[in-house]
Amino acid sequence: MQWVRGKKSSLLQALLGTGAILGTAFAVTTLILFVAGAPPLSAFYYLLSGSLGTWLKVAQVLTGWIPLTLCACGLVYSFRIGLWNIGVEGQVVAGAVAATFVLRLGAESGSPVVVLFLAFLGGLLGGSLWAVIAGFLKIKGGVNEIFGGLGMNFVAQGITLWLIFGPWKRPGVGSMSGTELFAPQFWLPTVAGLRLSPVGLALTVAVLLGSAWVLGRTRLGLALKGIGSNPKAAYLQGLKPNRSILIAMGLAGGCAGLAGTFQVTGVYHRLIPAISSNYGYLALLVVMLANYRISAAPAIAFFFVCLNVGAIQLPMMLQLDSSLSGIIQGALVLAALLVYGWRKRKLTMET
Amino acid sequence: MGITLRDIHKRYGTVHANNGITLHVTEGSIHGILGENGAGKSTLMKIMAGYVRKTGGTIFLDGKPVEYAQPAEATRLGIGMLYQDPLDFLSLSVLENFMMGRRGGLSSGKAGYREQLKDLADAFSFHLDPDRAVRELTVGERQQLELLRLLALGVEVLILDEPTTGITSLQRRLLFEALKKLADGQKTVLFVSHKLEDVEMLCHKVTVLRAGRVSGEMDRPFHTPTLLQWMFGVPPAPPPCAGGRRGKLALAMEHVSAPGGRTGLRHCSIEIHEGEVVGLAGLAGSGQDVFLRVAAGLNKPREGKMHLIGENMAGKDYHAFKARGVTFLPAARLEEGLMPGLSITEHLALRQERGIRILWNEAQKAAFQIIRRFRISGNPLSTPESLSGGNQQRLLLGLIPEDPRVLLLEDPTRGLDLESVRWVWQQLVSFAAGGTCILFSCAELDEILQVSDRVLVFYNGMMVKDVRACDTDLMDLGQAIAGKG
Repeated sequence: MQWVRGKKSSLLQALLGTGAILGTAFAVTTLILFVAGAPPLSAFYYLLSGSLGTWLKVAQVLTGWIPLTLCACGLVYSFRIGLWNIGVEGQVVAGAVAATFVLRLGAESGSPVVVLFLAFLGGLLGGSLWAVIAGFLKIKGGVNEIFGGLGMNFVAQGITLWLIFGPWKRPGVGSMSGTELFAPQFWLPTVAGLRLSPVGLALTVAVLLGSAWVLGRTRLGLALKGIGSNPKAAYLQGLKPNRSILIAMGLAGGCAGLAGTFQVTGVYHRLIPAISSNYGYLALLVVMLANYRISAAPAIAFFFVCLNVGAIQLPMMLQLDSSLSGIIQGALVLAALLVYGWRKRKLTMET
Repeated sequence: MGITLRDIHKRYGTVHANNGITLHVTEGSIHGILGENGAGKSTLMKIMAGYVRKTGGTIFLDGKPVEYAQPAEATRLGIGMLYQDPLDFLSLSVLENFMMGRRGGLSSGKAGYREQLKDLADAFSFHLDPDRAVRELTVGERQQLELLRLLALGVEVLILDEPTTGITSLQRRLLFEALKKLADGQKTVLFVSHKLEDVEMLCHKVTVLRAGRVSGEMDRPFHTPTLLQWMFGVPPAPPPCAGGRRGKLALAMEHVSAPGGRTGLRHCSIEIHEGEVVGLAGLAGSGQDVFLRVAAGLNKPREGKMHLIGENMAGKDYHAFKARGVTFLPAARLEEGLMPGLSITEHLALRQERGIRILWNEAQKAAFQIIRRFRISGNPLSTPESLSGGNQQRLLLGLIPEDPRVLLLEDPTRGLDLESVRWVWQQLVSFAAGGTCILFSCAELDEILQVSDRVLVFYNGMMVKDVRACDTDLMDLGQAIAGKG
């Protein structure tokens, strides 16, 4: 059958594409290291040993991988329906705020397990709500989701600062270091010796698998794809684009909200101003590099966190700024967009 | 300027779209390129226009071999192409579009171009308001503008791809006169079409393509049966004629007015019965487009009543119409009808209505079935953008749900060759035989007369004529369309 052959050549193409992306990013980074006067090989070595050299480091990487992957999962939903959910950052924050709210309420009375569970539920709903507002702005008010989402990011950040310096301030005086720490029984339990939360890890894997299933196997997933491809045609075929936009945004925001909850319960154990650690924005890059597929996202997210964690070594070892990780990530994404764009152009030139 | 093609090849993967085409077009002649969909006409023209790279072969201009790989280079050499869908800038004005692609300093004054546009338009009796937005023009007017723009760029060889699709008969006459004038002025015209009538009326010489090769060449006067044989192998039979039947009332409108399109729809009252095939005639955008969308529940009527199989549809949305058995197929297949990037299987999977999970096996089975039944040259993994226009239309027909009650079709055979047209109508008529009522708009009066039981004529947003197909003829309809009914 002819169409099997088509599949094979596309696999070859994917491999070539990946090679080109990695090659370009590697070349750009090496060039920059040369210009900075640093030995490229040792820089790459420290990046590697700094992120995967010890179990402690690996645990640190996984702790970053959890929120980043959750955000990436969410973004695949919104990208699938053709939306640029820049508001993911605000959705992480909204989830974190909602989780903190639940924890503060429950700190007095409830059993830790129940309260933590409710905190995650609250975070999920908080992030969802934040995203659905952007969705409503789009379908009812015609506000582009990029602008709506960006606006909502600022609102979320503002609310966080107000809470930290206002109603939720530490006894005495509010501070940039955040709210008061929760009592340790409300921290997500970690593996002894490593600061890694098995619950967070399991949750992330479950969300990943669940999302892959929803996107690939369910009518909802296919509807999102159809609407993302051509809303007019999807409507004529009987789908409901507006309703699906709200669903996709709700799911995207829910994932981001879980990421925010993890930041609060599993990492900082309080609400801090920079609670999102910019994982929302970084997840946008992850998903773009994954070519909007969920299958590639976890590996790329892992690699990105490795770069972030590994780069912390650079200032000490090579007197290089740790922003090198950002340069590598940016170069990778730009190279990827270039390759995808080029491939698409070649395809349209041929037809 | 004469143009010669020698042994042109174009391969898309395993498909050999042009397989050794050799062709000479004399300066000052109108040369027709005939062929059914997928014969390789468009590919060959796009190669000439620099829009597609050829895999092999040589192009000669006035005997000298030339190489180019971009439309702009082709234009510089004097070759310009008028695409089936004009490639203009909708938000800009006529004058701004006319100035597009011109080389000149920053100082290039608008006044000069305005003068040039007016002179050129007058020379061909085109009426174009330089300050109107291109968005508001008809396809025919946009085509006129594009033609003038190419001429102002100094194009010597003009390629027209299916130029008479979607334009009015007056615009067609103006176009043909303009092309004759151009040929008299030693310009070379390549006229690509699948409409024999147009080619026979206009061209000095015709080359027929079939399956990527030249299957024949003929000078005026043309022998139609031979041309048909070259195009199709065997001449196709005319579309089958649907008999007159009258079932229960399916769709009724009472004084319906609705906004939309250029004219909207005004005070339309009509009753359509099951099994009726109703052709909607009229100049493009005379209200028949709005009528179809109102009947589909896509445009909301401003006033009036509408009943669908006995139920009052006031205030209901498209989904309610769809649930009652209405199916609407848009003319813009790739823009409105199909979902690029989704395979045929995925298109079919989206129709599954129960459960959370997709039953992929069922969807694939359905895909194979539709591919076979509707003779789509593709496979379950094919995406619509990889299919030719004719196959896209076949897929769209394949997506019609089981047992539709009311089928609303916008120009269902646009851009299809005779054989496909005949086949499409066979399918549609079989729906009608099962009690479906079919309403379709169409730019070709012949086709409307051949397949309809009943014809509605729209003019300026009003339905001005409602007549049984056997009680009318081309002249009669033509007058009504022009507002003289």
